[in-house]
Amino acid sequence: MLTSVASIIVTIVVLGSILGCGFILWNQSRVKLPKGKVETTGHEWDGLEEYNNPLPKWWMWLFWITVVFALAYVFLYPGLGNNKGLLDWSSTGQWQKEVNKADEQYGPLFAKYAQTPIADLAQDPQAVEVGKRLYLTYCYQCHGSDARGAKGFPNLTDNDWLYGGSPETILQTITAGRNGMMPPHAHLGAEAIKDLANYVRSLSGLANDSLAAAKGRELFASSGCAGCHGADAKGNQAIGAPNLTDNVWLYGSSEKTITETIVNGRQNMMPAFADRLNEGKLKLLSAYVYSLSQKPAAK
Amino acid sequence: MSVMSDTQSVYNYKIVRQFAVMTVIWGIVGMLVGVIVAAQLVWPELNFAPWLTFGRLRPLHTNAVIFAFGGCALFATSYYVVQRTCYTRIFCDKLAAFTFWGWQLIIVLAAVTLPLGMTSGKEYAELEWPIDILIAVVWVAYAVVFFGTIAKRKVQHIYVANWFYGAFIIAVALLHIVNSAEMPVSLFGMKSYSAYYGAQDAMVQWWYGHNAVGFFLTAGFLGMMYYFVPKQAGRPVYSYRLSVVHFWALIFTYMWAGPHHLHYTALPDWTQSLGMVFSLILLAPSWGGMINGIMTLSGAWHKLRDDPILKFLITSLSFYGMSTFEGPMMAIKTVNALSHYTDWTVGHVHSGALGWVAMVSIGSIYFLIPKLVGKQEMWSTKLVTTHFWIATVGVVLYIASMWISGVMQGLMWRAVNADGTLTYSFIEAVKASYPFWAIRVLGGLMYLVGMLLMLYNVVKTMQGARMVDDAAVPAPAHH
Repeated sequence: MLTSVASIIVTIVVLGSILGCGFILWNQSRVKLPKGKVETTGHEWDGLEEYNNPLPKWWMWLFWITVVFALAYVFLYPGLGNNKGLLDWSSTGQWQKEVNKADEQYGPLFAKYAQTPIADLAQDPQAVEVGKRLYLTYCYQCHGSDARGAKGFPNLTDNDWLYGGSPETILQTITAGRNGMMPPHAHLGAEAIKDLANYVRSLSGLANDSLAAAKGRELFASSGCAGCHGADAKGNQAIGAPNLTDNVWLYGSSEKTITETIVNGRQNMMPAFADRLNEGKLKLLSAYVYSLSQKPAAK
Repeated sequence: MSVMSDTQSVYNYKIVRQFAVMTVIWGIVGMLVGVIVAAQLVWPELNFAPWLTFGRLRPLHTNAVIFAFGGCALFATSYYVVQRTCYTRIFCDKLAAFTFWGWQLIIVLAAVTLPLGMTSGKEYAELEWPIDILIAVVWVAYAVVFFGTIAKRKVQHIYVANWFYGAFIIAVALLHIVNSAEMPVSLFGMKSYSAYYGAQDAMVQWWYGHNAVGFFLTAGFLGMMYYFVPKQAGRPVYSYRLSVVHFWALIFTYMWAGPHHLHYTALPDWTQSLGMVFSLILLAPSWGGMINGIMTLSGAWHKLRDDPILKFLITSLSFYGMSTFEGPMMAIKTVNALSHYTDWTVGHVHSGALGWVAMVSIGSIYFLIPKLVGKQEMWSTKLVTTHFWIATVGVVLYIASMWISGVMQGLMWRAVNADGTLTYSFIEAVKASYPFWAIRVLGGLMYLVGMLLMLYNVVKTMQGARMVDDAAVPAPAHH
């Protein structure tokens, strides 16, 4: 909102400007030009002259129409400072109207889906199709059009879950979001981190320095890794600690990347959608994501 | 030069020649980068190294074509026109030479810093603060040279071309200084933060952005048009009255139009309304320039048949008329809801940039070069004609492909299914755009080839020619 003084100034300047355009047009079109053959103005610059032709009529009318339109518009719509305009239109009002209309039109459909258990929705091809469309609007930016993820963004099709793959857990993840955090461990020192990285690679059967890996095994228990990832390194879905034994990698499996993960830790987050999507949509999205790992063979 | 005792009795053509030649060189550089970024959209593998990625080359392209190519064309023609129509040598040769070398330095600095990722992030004002200061200094020098020349004119009345050049120089100084107000935080890191924030920063930026179009790319080039069109046509300007009305209405109204770049954003509704209605009012004043240019040819239409320079100039006015109609239409909020953020905007900008700005510049440079090197005409008029047709077909391919892909993108983004979900994901609209992006590469490439023909023709014309530095200033004719 403008202050009332600013609002008055804006109003005066706007009206003055629109009327000013009209004034120059009126003022210049009433200059009487001599009848008959059109002469030049009599001035000359480097051989250039100017005819004294009057303003083209159609052009003047075009100009007048836009001036009148502008004047009418600023009275009908917001334009004169804080004045709301005779139509009481606002962009938030228009947005709200469209949202209300959409809610009215599509609300019943999603209310129906909201009543259905997610596992059942996942069996309903039509519901899965709607879920997929929603996925391709809200989720694919991070997880990819094929839902196979990218570095730092989990693959949703491999039935490997950071927080759990039950319909309810998926719904919880989408609704409230997740904050994934692994603390940095640079303090362990380069030697120990190298050993740990080799041990972690050995857990998934990747090439490693077995001597270092053996030392890493000791360190894994003593340096606090097991606290989150578990003594068997199979992770803990309650806190989103990944399973380190299944050769599924969120950030990469090279010794360099694993070292980076241990040294700097990782900060990751999935945003919450509770405020943006109604319950029916949240459930349909959950059903679609759930369906992806239920029948991994289907496309 | 050495034998001349009184330099004041001759025009300074050297400064015009320097800028004219650099117009051609920077045109080729800027358009080459344009073709590269267009190709990167079709073949993303072409993003080789960080400094050669689309995100860094795109601002290099826009800066190079607007400020290097367009800027040099404006310097060259304004220095020529202001001398010729004021019947006097340019004010202060040294300062004029400073604007040439200063402007070239700015361009080179831009070509180095933008690929390095040094940017203030404001569109068309990406250059960082030390370069911003240099631009302000050179621009003030330009104003001193230009208005100094006007001040020592030998005729009482100021020719209409100079009104437009003058408005362009003053407005660009104002726009650049206000929008570039920023707090430097590092010299060698070339980093600063804008003096404005939030919606106000956006508003200042697009007040600048749209007036960069209005004054740099329109008023300045209208100045060019008002000299070279009547000159080449050999006819008086159609209507003095029209030039008065459309000049004042144009420079006044453009200042209001910026908010149409921010429709349906956090900008207050009343500001958006004003951006829209003043953009509509702008239609008639813009067309005033087109009418005055095209009607100047009335009675001499036959000259269009075999004069390729006139072809360039009149075609540029047609594109000018088309894009200044399209602009106000796109500023209408309901139309903008479809066109905003799509390729339609890109097509609109290029019908202005390639169709209007570049064509009027090319025509004017073809007019100037022979006069500056003591020739009757360009080395090959036929090659000029070839350039004209390649460039015209190139522009048409470019803008037609962008219209189609732009409208298609807008429609795909808003399409909804029976359940209210979006019919197409963003990536589907991207995939559907590929063929049109390929056509754009072809159009841009044709335009670039035209510029290479121009360079060849200019080199051939200048080869072994006598650089004219003794064109005598005639006495003004008195009626």
